[in-house]
Amino acid sequence: MAQQLLTGLFAIALAIGLSAMFFIGCNYLLDRFLSSDSLSGDVARQRRDNLREGIRPWIFVGPALFILTVWLIYPVFASFWYSLLDRTASNFVGFSNYVWAFNDQNFLVAIRNNILWLIFVPTLSTAFGLLIAYMTDRLWWGQVARSLVFLPMAISFVGASVIWKFVYDFRAGGDEQIGLLNAIVVALGGDPVPWITVPFWNNFLLMIILVWIQTGFAMVILGAAIRGVPEDTLEAAHMEGANEFTIFFKIVIPQIFGTIVVVWTTITILVLKIFDIVFAMTNGQWDTNVLANLMYDQLFRAGHIGRGSAVAFVIMLAVTPIMIYNIRRARKDEQ
Amino acid sequence: MSSTRKQPLTVFGKHFTVFLLVALWTLPTLGLLISSVRDKDQLTESGWWTSMSSTDLTDAYRTPEAQAQESVDGQFVITDSIFEQSQGQRVKSWSLSPRDLGAYGPGETVTLDNGSEMTLQEDGTLRWTNSEAFEHSRGERVFYTAAVPPRFTLDNYAEVLEAEGIGRAFINTMTVTLPATFIPILIAAFAAYALAWMKFPGRLWILALIVGLLVVPLQISLIPVLRMYTNLGNTFGIEPKSYPGIWLAHTAFGLSLAVYLLRNYMSGLPKEVMESARMDGASHFDVFRTIVLPLSVPALASFAIFQFLWVWNDLLVALVFLGKGEGKTVMTAQLVELLGSRGDNWEILTAGAFITIIVPLIVFISMQRFFVRGMLAGSVKGG
Repeated sequence: MAQQLLTGLFAIALAIGLSAMFFIGCNYLLDRFLSSDSLSGDVARQRRDNLREGIRPWIFVGPALFILTVWLIYPVFASFWYSLLDRTASNFVGFSNYVWAFNDQNFLVAIRNNILWLIFVPTLSTAFGLLIAYMTDRLWWGQVARSLVFLPMAISFVGASVIWKFVYDFRAGGDEQIGLLNAIVVALGGDPVPWITVPFWNNFLLMIILVWIQTGFAMVILGAAIRGVPEDTLEAAHMEGANEFTIFFKIVIPQIFGTIVVVWTTITILVLKIFDIVFAMTNGQWDTNVLANLMYDQLFRAGHIGRGSAVAFVIMLAVTPIMIYNIRRARKDEQ
Repeated sequence: MSSTRKQPLTVFGKHFTVFLLVALWTLPTLGLLISSVRDKDQLTESGWWTSMSSTDLTDAYRTPEAQAQESVDGQFVITDSIFEQSQGQRVKSWSLSPRDLGAYGPGETVTLDNGSEMTLQEDGTLRWTNSEAFEHSRGERVFYTAAVPPRFTLDNYAEVLEAEGIGRAFINTMTVTLPATFIPILIAAFAAYALAWMKFPGRLWILALIVGLLVVPLQISLIPVLRMYTNLGNTFGIEPKSYPGIWLAHTAFGLSLAVYLLRNYMSGLPKEVMESARMDGASHFDVFRTIVLPLSVPALASFAIFQFLWVWNDLLVALVFLGKGEGKTVMTAQLVELLGSRGDNWEILTAGAFITIIVPLIVFISMQRFFVRGMLAGSVKGG
């Protein structure tokens, strides 16, 4: 164990040392061999300077570009290619993996669930975040309340799954319920239910976990935006006799609408990739499968490279519109 | 200044609603934390919200055999305590038959068929007397219901750390996380500087690429990169699923965010400082090293926290690129494993889960300001 920790520390030192040496070394070589000091004549010097300063940026961005290309850009194309191949990625089969997918009951359930997640999780997280941010804005204990709601952001999806599985816990045969949800149901006179095995509705129980985690994110970003709403507009509205609800919906929301969209999109991207919660809670049983878990299944349980890649590519296609929108906006900001 | 007087009812409603929401957000975690330090027998008997009050435990006890008897004043006496460990349990009722558990109260004396007399005190002291010598070779069974006072213990943690492999997994997670947090920082810082302050053809294209890569799902990388590792492993005769492999994968998955955040931050630094340094003949490398890097520490810190939390909490990348095994399984993977194999042993699951979330919680709470700043910079400006 101690040895493994030392390995880790050594790796950090090595990684930082290597990258530092790469950057320092390349810069040194550049200055050493493409120096203009030895040249005579302004034109020659100028040309040498231009060449040197033309190369330097690529030393700076080179390593990042290399890593991004090998680990992210190349895989996008490779995955598409694999999705056209068979189980062992040795024969070309055209689009038959996609045909399989859209005729497969499991895949269709996963698509349905992903759509449910996409509708409910970003909306509920944003709504709760907005509500809590607005309500705690002028509360004397608002800071404490916000910190507590924010805390789940630090908890892993797996950890959160354990926390909520305990809440949903079910004991059969008249035993005392130790799960909070069933205890409440029993206290209200109902019968305990094995919640996560109830098809369709169990999806919502899994979604609650992500909403629980992401609300803090929405709350912090929207809280900052709400604080940016000009004070005098709110004062004026109060003067006019507008009540809290009117102010909230007619003044605050329109002013921060841009931020709401950003928060909503960010959570949407996260939802499209959701894997851990389903994997830990149900592993896709009881009609709770989602695309990312299905992909993992196809790849590591069924061992089908073609189908796994096809599912991965469907996820990629789903985020593409957001990607294009983001790029467009970023380019507009730059100009 | 406000001309409207708020009605007390609305004010109360606001406090109450916020309180309710905060309770909803804290109670599940609180339940986990409390359950993880409860005695495991009590944990299965009652909900964690009752952990401060006593729980009723029904159990059976068998008296000692005949050789334990002593002769006192012409009588033969067997004395014992029905509790193996005295933890303040109180007998509420007892009986000699499992069908009628509430037959006798504490302190009551009962006459058995053979004429012997048995008394069970509230503190669990059992006194069994007879005028003739006891001859039984099997003890009499006594059934009792006892109130057990709340008992808190760290045994669950000890068990999870040692026997359930979480301790080992903790080290593994650490080995994955620290390098995977630090490697991308320097690489990203250089790239961010170039994109913010150097002029070269293709700069805007690279920026667009970085923004695009921010949302690429990492699922798309799993198969191609895994195959790449396998091929490399076969060619050079090394293990394809290794720590360097997962460090580089995490580096790549975090790099676009790192470059994006740092570039946004660096391009906001004062232009004049940079330009005057360049005028004085400092190279880009000097400017980066002596001016930009020290000024960017807050942005570097906020990315470091992001990446730390993300890698520490990751499950998928670890499952795919590191796999399982003695020196490899990370905590999240081990916890999922336990969810499958020890699904009903909540004392193990709660303690295990708490160990996995404690480090991110500490980092998060102590560095919250940097985290929030990075989050605002990362999402309000971009995507």
